[in-house]
Amino acid sequence: MTIRVELPQHLRTLAKTGREVQLEVEGPVTQRSVLDALEAKYPMLCGTVRDHDTRQRRPFLRFFACEQDFSHESPDAPLPEAVASGKEPFLIIGAIAGG
Amino acid sequence: MSGVRVLVGTRKGAFILTADGKREKWDVSGPHFAGWEMYHLKGSPVDPNCIYASQTSGWYGQMIQRSDDGGKTWRTPGGEKMPEPGAPPTGIANKFSYDTSPETGKPLTTHQFYDGTQHPWQFKRVWHLEPSLTDPDVVYAGIEDAAIFRSTDGAKSWHELAGLRGHGTGPKWQPGAGGMCLHTIILDPSNPKRIVIAISAAGAFRTDDGGETWKPINKGLHSQYIPDPNAEVGHCVHHVAMNPKRPNTLFMQKHWDVMRSDDAGDSWKEVSGNLPTDFGFVIDVHAHEPETIYVVPIKSDSEHFVPEGKLRVYRSKAGGNEWEALTKGLPQSNCYVNVLRDAMAVDSLDKCGVYFGTSGGQVYASNDAGNSWNAIVHDLPAVLSVEVQTLK
Repeated sequence: MTIRVELPQHLRTLAKTGREVQLEVEGPVTQRSVLDALEAKYPMLCGTVRDHDTRQRRPFLRFFACEQDFSHESPDAPLPEAVASGKEPFLIIGAIAGG
Repeated sequence: MSGVRVLVGTRKGAFILTADGKREKWDVSGPHFAGWEMYHLKGSPVDPNCIYASQTSGWYGQMIQRSDDGGKTWRTPGGEKMPEPGAPPTGIANKFSYDTSPETGKPLTTHQFYDGTQHPWQFKRVWHLEPSLTDPDVVYAGIEDAAIFRSTDGAKSWHELAGLRGHGTGPKWQPGAGGMCLHTIILDPSNPKRIVIAISAAGAFRTDDGGETWKPINKGLHSQYIPDPNAEVGHCVHHVAMNPKRPNTLFMQKHWDVMRSDDAGDSWKEVSGNLPTDFGFVIDVHAHEPETIYVVPIKSDSEHFVPEGKLRVYRSKAGGNEWEALTKGLPQSNCYVNVLRDAMAVDSLDKCGVYFGTSGGQVYASNDAGNSWNAIVHDLPAVLSVEVQTLK
């Protein structure tokens, strides 16, 4: 399954990628499986989206997809079919606070 | 041809300023890591092309960067290679996990919070990186919440020296205005087992066994802002400096008070003398004259700018107590900048160069031990740290 993920600017710089990356995800497409795949392909992003130890989302990041906010959903909840099919990207967004 | 490379960390990126030995004409490169807070950059004394950098962000956390070509290119150690399919991620250069293991670590207890209640230790950022004096792949990191980490593989992975955080006084440590940071790491060139560190607001500590065990070294410090002004810990030490040629002599800029020790921190005495105010952040020692020291007095703990609108470096050639204002080339009216604790450095050329950066984005240099100053750059983002490498 090829998943599309959009990264905020600073993470694109770190990972040396463009706005969007494509990831292969095996099994159910969830926040956890998508972020696991992201960190496996771009190890320099470990710790930047989720805390190394707790695996919790960093507080100033948000997860959007299909015009919905998934930031507070369970990391193991299935993401929308449009994300799982690659039709829509999973968006990692830096919170606006502090500009 | 000798020269210098000045490493500047700012609120919005890093800058590298280079000059030949005359230190009159400067090349400026940057911003490196534009938009990130660059708390500290420091080069290896063994291999000057090896530079470590602390890149941090409230949004994206901590990164460690390394250059092996003098700052031209950078990489995240261990994170630059794609792992084999199925292999675990290798990007742990930014992973600072407190060591709570039964074998080598200490239980993760609590420290005092601003309101006096107890608060759990939580990693926030790396304030200071101190490369080893003998091995470019060994580097120490001072972090917030206060702890010291060491990497022995070129910053690919980090391990806490847990004896410091866990030695017993931790519940009495508390954050200063900038957070509970371990900001100073001094390696003793005459004794590889000895390290001196300082924490705001806990005080100074020393190990004599390579980081296994630590003890507070705050005897003689007096701080009115803690219940017992002469307590063993709780003092807001802002910075400590040492001349490598005289490692038992340490100079300290405390929250208030400039102090010196001649017994590696076992005891301290005040040397504020005739300073206009003894509040400040930076302190440094002349590279060739161990009794010549520099501070930048700041008006007060509630007014973090230079007094009277005048930017003055104060120099003592007597190891303290007798100070002279150095003003030539520095603004002497309507100046209200601050100079943060890691934002002063000295080179080892003859004559000794002195450098400092301000909250207003200026980096000033003196190529004559402070007698006169020039701004290398005027308009950088607020400067967090300044280090200098002497290139022979």
